[in-house]
Parts: sequence; structure tokens; C-alpha cells
Amino acid sequence: MALLEVEDLRVSFNTPDGVVQAVRGVSYDIEAGKTLGIVGESGSGKSVSTQTIMGLTKGAQVTGRAVFEGQDLLTASPDQMRAIRGAKIGMIFQDPLSSLHPYYTVGWQIVEMIRLHDDMSKDQAMKRAVELLRLVGIPQPDRRVNDYPHQFSGGMRQRAMIAMAMALNPAVLIADEPTTALDVTVQAQVLRVIRRMQEVFGTAVILITHDLGVVADVADDVLVMYGGKVLERADRRTLFFASHHPYTEGLLQSMPSYGGERGRLRPIPGQPPSLLAPPPGCPFAPRCVYVMDKCAEMPSLDPVGSGDLGHLSACWLPHNEADREAVRRRVAHVELAKSAGPAGA
Amino acid sequence: MATGPVSETDPAPAAAAADGDDVLLRADNLVKYFPIKGTGLFREKEYVHAVDGVSLSIRRGQTFGIVGETGCGKSTLARCVARLHDVTSGRIVFDGQDITKLSQRAMRPLRREIQMIFQDPIGSLNPRRRVGSIIGDPFAIHKLAAGSERKRRVQELMERVGLNPEHFNRFPAEFSGGQRQRIGVARALAFQPKLIICDEPVSALDVSVQAQVINLLADLQTDFGLTYIFIAHDLSVVRHVSNSIGVMYLGKVTEVAPAEELFTVPRHPYTGALLSAVPVPNPELSDQRQQIILAGDVPSPVAPPSGCRFHPRCPKAAPVCVAEDPPLEPRLGDGPEHPAACHLPMAEGENLAEFRPSISEKERVVEVEGSLLPEGAEPEHIADALPARGEGGTP
Repeated sequence: MALLEVEDLRVSFNTPDGVVQAVRGVSYDIEAGKTLGIVGESGSGKSVSTQTIMGLTKGAQVTGRAVFEGQDLLTASPDQMRAIRGAKIGMIFQDPLSSLHPYYTVGWQIVEMIRLHDDMSKDQAMKRAVELLRLVGIPQPDRRVNDYPHQFSGGMRQRAMIAMAMALNPAVLIADEPTTALDVTVQAQVLRVIRRMQEVFGTAVILITHDLGVVADVADDVLVMYGGKVLERADRRTLFFASHHPYTEGLLQSMPSYGGERGRLRPIPGQPPSLLAPPPGCPFAPRCVYVMDKCAEMPSLDPVGSGDLGHLSACWLPHNEADREAVRRRVAHVELAKSAGPAGA
Repeated sequence: MATGPVSETDPAPAAAAADGDDVLLRADNLVKYFPIKGTGLFREKEYVHAVDGVSLSIRRGQTFGIVGETGCGKSTLARCVARLHDVTSGRIVFDGQDITKLSQRAMRPLRREIQMIFQDPIGSLNPRRRVGSIIGDPFAIHKLAAGSERKRRVQELMERVGLNPEHFNRFPAEFSGGQRQRIGVARALAFQPKLIICDEPVSALDVSVQAQVINLLADLQTDFGLTYIFIAHDLSVVRHVSNSIGVMYLGKVTEVAPAEELFTVPRHPYTGALLSAVPVPNPELSDQRQQIILAGDVPSPVAPPSGCRFHPRCPKAAPVCVAEDPPLEPRLGDGPEHPAACHLPMAEGENLAEFRPSISEKERVVEVEGSLLPEGAEPEHIADALPARGEGGTP
């Protein structure tokens, strides 16, 4: 049984410009010990969807269900949420400097967090904080525990955030762009800490990122979001080698391929959509090369292929590999004719 | 360790004289120290060794990539080259002319030829000015083309970078991130510069849009014969755009090589570790490869380590690395276009993970030694640190 199950989550915000429909019907589930990667560009709704589950989107209109341990998080009382947030579902944010309080020592902040949920003395909590910092690779943790956040480097702050998020051994860890602000070398360190924690404790991790490389490295399953919707869900191998949705295909093609041929990149033309009054139908249609009349209607997220691999895609393109290849070839032909004419934009 | 700026009469290497015609920019032993205020009255003044003896030459019409971690001095180097910072010592030769000591006034005509594109397309555009006027700035500053002539030229530029010329009167906020970066590109192009320094030009953009901007930069290079210095922390982007790449660590260039060669035959262990840390967007490859995870953080540039600056974190470090700073020169029979500053360069296909440093524990440690859950970290130990699940969390 899934540890966390999100069903048809919809989130919208009232803004001076109108209602922004940030998340428009997102469903997923995650099991213990697994890592679910959520990829998408800015404005795809990937962060909002998880923040809503944690009750961190004040003033939003939310519908849907998010069931964790038999309890719907979206209808839980503030008191119930307080007991879950941090203790059972931990969070790591992108920017570790603004998530740590500059006036208090790192140790104090971890202790506060532990004592809020667990009944233990300050000394005991401090001891645990030191152990946690040691665990995430902070050198001389007994000394550094008394440092202020500004005395830590970026990577150390992020590791301190992980220590804090892991302090109560949560069942689910939501990591929202945990390594985006870090150098690749430090990113590798941080990802490794998360992975080791997961191996030891069987934590379920939801990893939100825009970096497909990180996803290829650590995710078991991947959710591709765009315009507030899930367009594709697959295990990482299927996603990278046999994706179905044209948006996923476009994302993969626009990356400078590692070890691949040089030459021109193939970007997705156009811009991500505005979520103020988005038109009905597939949000990717305006940028899609395979667009057809049917796309004015949003396709449902349906299984692709034969096996029960959990590969889902929301696209009208044939689900059968051979038929899809035929469509691809036809479109590639048209594209070629177009580019042979006047140089494309 | 902290010494004052080195003497300014540093003799430039003799090789500088024998420049071929195809070298657009040459830096000789460039040094840039930033003083930091001592906190006490009698405290010795300290310096951040941001760039510490960098020599490189960049060929006309090519793209030179610079990679390195935060604080390695790559942006400072670029700014020194554009004379946005005055260098502490060393020499910069641009297009056959020594520009190291030129006054602001004498630099002015050269400013047209050296342009910059910045990372943050929001922060580098004034939100209260119209786009036409922002792109027209270079014409105003250099007192060329006014009135309708300026408007015509600005609209030409906008069209060239893929912006709609009719959007001349819009504000930056009305454009998306990718379009804003195009505005920055248009502004840099105003006088057909020879050199454009791109400081993380695509880092703030989404992948699909990032590719659009990279293609635009490539087209402009072909059309106008531009030379780029391309700084980015995303190694796959740098690999894609660059002809050759320089790797920096703590103010020094540790390795320079043609782009493909750097990725296939890295010589410096730092390059090797850096490359291994890059997430590969391919599950097959990422499962196979072995990551070298460097311990700890980059040491402080105020008091950089002795000898090879990478020695405290290097898996191959030996006593010679602590004692002597290795010169940047070709190693293991590489050509002159592939120098590396390492006493113990990596052979082809060498696995860094098999090496252990042969220097004392003390030398390995520069303030931080962070050992990250070493393989087989005792689960019991970890279990001590954390409560069993379900125990906590009930207020």
C-alpha cells in the first residue's frame, strides 16, 4: 500500500491579475523506501503541489485528497498538521540560508525542532543534534553545533537542513530543489547523504527538481509536470529511453547531451503557458510539434505499452509503439520541409 | 600564508611576444587580490586571493569555457579581462594591445569591443525603463546614432536576437526569462563587439528555453565571428558550446584542454572529480560510472593551501603536492593545447576511487574534513542518532 497518496489535487490562488490555477488535477502515490522525482519547468506547479500537501500554501483554494497514514492532510486541523509536519513528513527547501534563522545557532534550531515533537531534555536533544550533524558529514559536529548559519558554507547549511529534516526520522522526506543552489561536487555529497538515509531508514523521498541529470541519478519513478498537470509518469529507465509524451521528448532533446554529438540543440519553441485562465485541453499543445485537433481536449493520464510498468502518459498520440513511430516519422518529414525553406525562428 | 600583492614588475613570459594573429586575448600571470579589512587596529591586512597567477590565450572566433566551483575566481577573472576590476599584477593583451594599464578614458573605445552578458536577466535590466531605451544605451553612451536612426538600429538588433521589434516600448517585466536574456544579448551586440563575456548566461533559464539561447549565441558567433568567454557551472552546457575549456580551482587554472579531450582524458584529479560529480541525464551511464565524492569544502581563498591548492582534498595527494606548486604544462605526452597543473596527472582510464592520499592526516585537513557517511557507516551508530519511527511525533 502506498505511504502517501495524492488524488486529483487542485490548487488555485487569487491574485490581483486573476485566479492562477497553479495545480490542475495532480495524482500520484509513493511507497516507503522509494524516490519519486518530480520534474518540470518554473511554473509547472511542482513545488506548489507538495507545499499544499504540507499545508504551506495559505490562502489557496485547494480541492482533492492527500492521504497519509489513513488521514487526509488537506482536511486535517492545524494541530494535527503540526504533529505531522516535520515529525512524519520532513521538508528540505532550495535555499538553506533563508530557511535557517540567522539569530540562532544551528544546534539550537535542531534542538527546538526535536523538543517540539519529542519529550526530552535539552541536553539529550543537543546530543542528538550533534549525532545528526555528524551523520550528514559536518566535521567536528560537537563544535560546529554552536555555530550560526552564516558560519556554515552553502553545502554545510544544506546538510544541516537535511539533519533537521531527518531529526525525527520522518516516513516521507520532501526535498524541493535541494541541490539547485549548490556546486556539482557538493550536490553529489548531498544526494549521497539523502540516499544513505533512505537506505538505512526506508524513507520515502519526493525529489522536486528541474535537473534531469539528478533524476536519472537518484529517482525510481519520475513525474513530469507542465502547466499544473502531470503529463507523464514512468520509471526512470522508461522515461529516458522510451518516453511517450512529446513534452518529455522535447525536454530530453533540448539538453546538451552528455557524450553525444555536438551541433545544434533542439529547443522546444515558445514559452511555458500562463496559468491565469489556461485554455482547456493539453497545456503543451501550443508548443507541440505533433499537435492535432483532438488536443483541444485534455487527454487522461492512461497506461502506455503492454506491461504493467506503471508507465502513464496524457497524450493523444497512439500508445502503440509502431503507430507512434509512424506519426513521428510523418511529423519529422514536415519539420524537415519547413526548415529547408526559410530559416525557422 | 597571507602575503601582500606580488611585485608589479613581474616579468611577463617571453612567449607573449610571439603571439600569432589568431589570438584575440591573452592574459599573462594575472593576479587579483581583494583586501579584506582587518578587524583590529594592528591586525595585518589580509587578502582574498581571487585570481592568483592565471595565464591563458583565447583564439579569435572561438569559445573559451571556464568551469569551477563557487568562489574559484572564474567571474573575477572574466571581470579583470574586461577591465571591470583593476588587476593587482600581470598583463592583459587584447587584440595586440596591452590594456592592463589603460585609463578609463583610453578604455572607452575598447569597451565597445568587449561586452558582457550576465546571469540574472532580471537584475541586469532596469525595470522602469523601456526595452528600446535599454538596448539603445550603448548608442547613447558612445554618442552614436540618435533619434530615429537609433530606434532603427535597436529594432534591427531586437529582430536579430529573436525579439519582436514592435515590443520596443515594453518594460522588461513584460518579457519571459528567455526573452529577457535576449534583451541582454541585443545590448551586448550593439557595436559588433569582438569579445563577449557570458557569465552564466543560461543558468537561470529552464532547459527548453536555455537551448534557445544557446542556439542564438551559436548563430551570432557564426554570423559575426564573435569570440566568447563562457562561464557556467553546468558542465554539459560548457562542453556543448566551448572549443576549449579552462578549469579553475581557488584562483588558479588547474587544467586547460580542447572541450572533448577534457571530458575524455582529464589529467588533473580535480577535473576528474568534478566530471564524475556531474549528474548524467542517462540512467544507463549514471548506474555504471563511479562517482568520486570529494570530502569537505573548498578551502578559504584568504589563506590557500601550500603547494598544489587541491592537495587537501585530492585522492592522489603526495608529499610533493604539499611542498611544490605544480606548473601548468602539458603532461603525459599531451599536446601544448592541453596543459595541466598536477604533479601526479591521471592516466587515461584511471580510476580515482582506487587512490588514497599519501600525505599526513594533518595536511589533508584544511579546517574541514567532513567525512560523509563512509561506505558501510555503521547503521547502529546512525540508529542512535534517530528515534525509531512512530516514537516521535506525538505532541
